[in-house]
Amino acid sequence: MSRDLFIFSSGTIKRKENTIYLETNNGERKFFPVENIDSIHLFGEIELNTKALNFFAQKNIVIHIYNYYGYYSGSYLPREKNVSGELLVRQVQHYLDEEERMYLAYSFVEGALFHMQRNLREYENTNEFVIKISQELENAKNCKSIQELMGCEGRARDVYYNAFNLILKSKFFFEKREKRPPTNPINALISFGNSLIYSTVLSEIYKTQLNPTISYLHEPRERRFSLSLDLSEIFKPLIVDPIIFKLINNNMLKDEDFDQDVNYCYLTESGRKKFLKEFDSKMETTIKHRKLGRSVSYKFLIRLECYKLIKHLLKDEIYKPLKAWW
Amino acid sequence: MVDLLQNLRITGIKINYLFVCERKLWLFDRGIGMEETSEKVFLGKLLDEFSYPKEKKKKILIDNLICIDILNEEEIREVKYSDKLEEPNKMQILYYLYYLKKLGIRKKGILNYPKQKKREIVELTPEKEKLIEDAIKKIEEVVGRENPPPVEKKRYCKKCAYYEFCFIGE
Repeated sequence: MSRDLFIFSSGTIKRKENTIYLETNNGERKFFPVENIDSIHLFGEIELNTKALNFFAQKNIVIHIYNYYGYYSGSYLPREKNVSGELLVRQVQHYLDEEERMYLAYSFVEGALFHMQRNLREYENTNEFVIKISQELENAKNCKSIQELMGCEGRARDVYYNAFNLILKSKFFFEKREKRPPTNPINALISFGNSLIYSTVLSEIYKTQLNPTISYLHEPRERRFSLSLDLSEIFKPLIVDPIIFKLINNNMLKDEDFDQDVNYCYLTESGRKKFLKEFDSKMETTIKHRKLGRSVSYKFLIRLECYKLIKHLLKDEIYKPLKAWW
Repeated sequence: MVDLLQNLRITGIKINYLFVCERKLWLFDRGIGMEETSEKVFLGKLLDEFSYPKEKKKKILIDNLICIDILNEEEIREVKYSDKLEEPNKMQILYYLYYLKKLGIRKKGILNYPKQKKREIVELTPEKEKLIEDAIKKIEEVVGRENPPPVEKKRYCKKCAYYEFCFIGE
């Protein structure tokens, strides 16, 4: 199975014949098993030349780059080999048709809210929050516009985040969601996790014929790969949030894992490494798929979600969002 | 006839897929390929690359349409990883023979299964030509459908690169 590689060191990535290595600033060389790498996430300060990039393209390896604070800043995507004009046309058709668009947008919200409730149910005294989210899901069903739908999703998310202080047993207190910049440790964790999900979903979309710019819940004019945002909604509460609960409730994070000042809070390298260790092992965790009858990893569930979307667009089978059943 | 085959862009793979699974043919025709991420396809490519190193003419593309694995004076050869799907493989090489005949070239066909150390000689007869012409009509009909043909459970579905795509269900 292919894995993601996370690089924190600074140095130069070079190609030598049919292999790739990282030469760190202190002269150490680390070789990568290119045949088993899916995507590479660069957190350190890395120099790369076209010879290396050409090699990555040949091996179909996607490179995601993160800035100093650990936020996604961009990707190097090899030449697109999976193109289907037909699918693109149908993606656009479903965007332009209001009813079709609402159906897909609602489905993403449904998946997201389902997983939020699933997380809350794991903990005591969260019932009132679960009920409130159910009410928002009910409201979402009757929405006439994407804006209204986004409103329901936003309110449900507020309720969900309010329940965090019941779940998190530590000195880390969560007031409200703040993104740019995150101002407390919980926000820093959520932002970092969401960055990772976004790039991972993008890698998976890229392996299919879907066009990542055409989306349904988010507007395609957001100047981002907004389909990645759409699908991320389902996976953020399924993958990122349980990692946050685990890291905090097991006291795995210390003060030195955060770089904190009055108006910002970021994860430090040690904090990111702890998060990534959990993220990577979650992604590689497998479950027995009840329809396919074979084991699939959490990461592959993202690809399967892409397949389901393609099937919907091809009028093959109606899309139903993933609802974790295990 | 060659013009028609060009118009329909009938490649050897499409003939092969027609006999494997019409749904696979339809999806492949629309650019929904699963080959890029399939390990089995990768193994097939490696086998192709490294078998018969002494042969000179390998991977010959004709009319920018059909791609023949090995071509020499008397014969064309198609290299396959597994002999499990004999009929589709046979139809594929028969199609190449048929196509070459339309260009005025006559050759013998050989199916090579290097892993099984097995080979099979395939000849184009008038009856076989008829089968190919029927297959071409059938491809035209299948890819002309608006939506993909429904999933049909076959004994080899589990080994197909489209398995997860077809059977994901929810």
